[in-house]
Amino acid sequence: MTNPKQPSSPGTIAEVRKEESMNLQKQMIGGHYQALERAPKEGRKVVYTFVPGNLTELIRSFDLLPVLPEINALQSGMRKLSGGYIAEAEKSGHSEDVCTYVKCDIGMMKKGNISPTGTKIPDPDLLLLSYTGCFTFMKWFELLREEYGCPVAMLHVPYQADGTIHAHHRDYIVEQIKTELIPKLEQVSGQKYDEDRLKESLKLSAEAEDDFVHVIESAKNVPSPIDAYFGGVFYIGPMFTAFRGTPEGVEYYKTLCAEIDERVRLGLGPITPDGEMTEERFRLVVEGPPNWTSFREFWKMFYEEGAVFVASSYTKVGGLYDRGFRHDPEHPLETLADYCMGCYTNLGLPSRIELLQDYINEYKADGFMINSVKSCNSFSAGQLLILRQIEERTGVPGGFIESDLVDPRYFSAANIKNRIESYLQMLEQRRKTGVAS
Amino acid sequence: MRPALEEIVGRANALYEDLDFGAVTDWKRRNPGRKAIGYMPIYVPREIVHAAGMLPVGIVGGSDRLEIIRGDAYFQSYICHIPRSTIELALSGRLDSLDGMLFPSICDVIRNLSGMWKLLFPDRYVRYIDVPQNFDARVGGEFWRREIEALRDDLVVLGGEPITDDALNKSIAVYNENRRALIDLYKARSEQPWVFPTPELYVVMRAGNVLPPDEHTAMIRAYLDEAPREDREDKDHSRIVIVGTFCEQPPLGLLRTLERAGCWIVGDDLLLGNRWIETEIPTEGKPMENLSQAFIEHSTATASRYDAERAKGESLIQSVRDNEAEGVIFCAPSFCDPALLDQPMLVNALDREGISHTQFKYSEDTGQFGVIHEQAGTFSDSIRLWSEV
Repeated sequence: MTNPKQPSSPGTIAEVRKEESMNLQKQMIGGHYQALERAPKEGRKVVYTFVPGNLTELIRSFDLLPVLPEINALQSGMRKLSGGYIAEAEKSGHSEDVCTYVKCDIGMMKKGNISPTGTKIPDPDLLLLSYTGCFTFMKWFELLREEYGCPVAMLHVPYQADGTIHAHHRDYIVEQIKTELIPKLEQVSGQKYDEDRLKESLKLSAEAEDDFVHVIESAKNVPSPIDAYFGGVFYIGPMFTAFRGTPEGVEYYKTLCAEIDERVRLGLGPITPDGEMTEERFRLVVEGPPNWTSFREFWKMFYEEGAVFVASSYTKVGGLYDRGFRHDPEHPLETLADYCMGCYTNLGLPSRIELLQDYINEYKADGFMINSVKSCNSFSAGQLLILRQIEERTGVPGGFIESDLVDPRYFSAANIKNRIESYLQMLEQRRKTGVAS
Repeated sequence: MRPALEEIVGRANALYEDLDFGAVTDWKRRNPGRKAIGYMPIYVPREIVHAAGMLPVGIVGGSDRLEIIRGDAYFQSYICHIPRSTIELALSGRLDSLDGMLFPSICDVIRNLSGMWKLLFPDRYVRYIDVPQNFDARVGGEFWRREIEALRDDLVVLGGEPITDDALNKSIAVYNENRRALIDLYKARSEQPWVFPTPELYVVMRAGNVLPPDEHTAMIRAYLDEAPREDREDKDHSRIVIVGTFCEQPPLGLLRTLERAGCWIVGDDLLLGNRWIETEIPTEGKPMENLSQAFIEHSTATASRYDAERAKGESLIQSVRDNEAEGVIFCAPSFCDPALLDQPMLVNALDREGISHTQFKYSEDTGQFGVIHEQAGTFSDSIRLWSEV
């Protein structure tokens, strides 16, 4: 689809494009929300779970539908609904200090649990507490358990403090899947666990994962055909949510791959909301989630300066596929265990720093940026040390911004823009003079 | 104050105020070649450290007496205070007597602090202690046994000496004694809070962060003997339980303020790790299995622990009942995810039972208590004057 439009930024061309993959994803997500709305009528059961360490293949093997509250929250943020939901939660006693994803979700529930696309989200039949990389997940589902009074299946995923998966960590997860998750999934769904079905699904996951990695690694090209952060959050959508292990997911990534390959062939830059970037001036690596309430405004602050993100840690919260992990259908439960443990926020700080350092080198980045969000201590605690370590190890200067996930009160556009501009000017100055300013 | 009591409380106060951890240095001087291992809140199996011939040292930040010079440069303004003061203690050399640090899983901040420690102090032993959230003995229990065996193996390498089952059983017995003494102290305070005022109880309990456990047990016993000999009178105070203080500790001034405002603290979760296991641990048989089983079956309820069985607030209500408390004060550190996310559920539970409550936040370096005094005083008055009881 092509919509002619005048350029609003100097670094873009006069055309806003919607690729086929964008439409495909929109249909998939819209279809999923509609399926959720129909679920109670059709007798289908619903499982709420989290993105990091999500076990979509296992959930779907029982014909259950997954709901991901983080996705609802970020979608609410993008649609300017989150401020009201957070206020609703704070009014009912939730502290201003804590995660705004949680408060957004609770506020949304109190307002009728209408999805960001306007459909009704059914109450959960099961809360699958994939306790991976984020302490708040546990509190979040404890709060939802209070509200919904439904069963909880807890999956405690050990933290990879030393970056190594130990055998007893894997055994622990597999045992929990066998003794805690599967029995509860069987009970809720009324279906027996079908390992062959799970294996089939995992095969599809691995196929899509190959294509997904091809997409995110395309940013190694100069110019990069994608923005691996602001664009990246769309590319991870199907993979990190309800569509891993499904034929739709496979089709989406095949379509996306073909589009990206074509962009590489033509030497094109990333597509932005204002059109294609024509000049790549800065290649950046970024740590931390984006702000969702001012997502487009935030993105624009970079692309109008010709800055493109070539790699990001946020797009690894649902798995580090680019470091080699693939779901292995031959070892279905063990591979789910390894997947959970390998998600980015489940890694110790030394591993996170090594990954970011590698990204800077592999993707030939000029700069390193941290968007530190108030809501997420899992990401944020230690980021100032990450900044120093990255600067010391790579010689690449770092920039630091503070905002929030979905609380519009914590996005100070003028301050953030000022910081970004100053940072990029400093990069430019270094480039011209060959020395740090 | 009688000299005997003054000596005990004075020593405990001196240990509390010593930000250079002189007691640890002294212990190392008296025990050449032995090592000291720090640990953060809430729970670590100190028995294993003790059985290795090492001194477990509780690190709970720098309180209101530590000026933060470098620590603030490591943490954003929206992160709680304890990690910045702990980093400050380490960067200023005050933790040089520690040969290692243990970071138990409690929240994402302490978890990430373990990685920061590895990066900042690469020559020191650091271990993240991942306590299970699955309380099935065959699953979570097995995982925990293997985790603490890994800790034991690490300490064998660090200390250069084997840790025998016999040594572990003896250490379990030592900590059983210590917990028993603490339970007795808490019971005595609950019965006569004016005899065992919480600011005193607290420093006596906190002395256990730096003293060897047998020495600490002796101190608690001595305090239990001496405090009742002091001429102290009951006052027309309300009996309250405070909750939310299990990690970053409130300044001593805050505890004094609550009592001055008319609140006898009869239950709390201060330094909760000391009382995490709610029973005696067997001192015979396989010690690692006994430690693991005690954790699985007898862990206390708190915000950082997942409890699939009990309803939220059940144990808090039980504490209110057991201590004949008239109200609850939610007293949590600013930006403390576990405590603050738990709070709405606990509030609902108290409301259902008709138990009065109020809430405020603190930081370990809070220096102004006027507003808290007013709030706690009003809360106490409201209980005394208008309670239906």
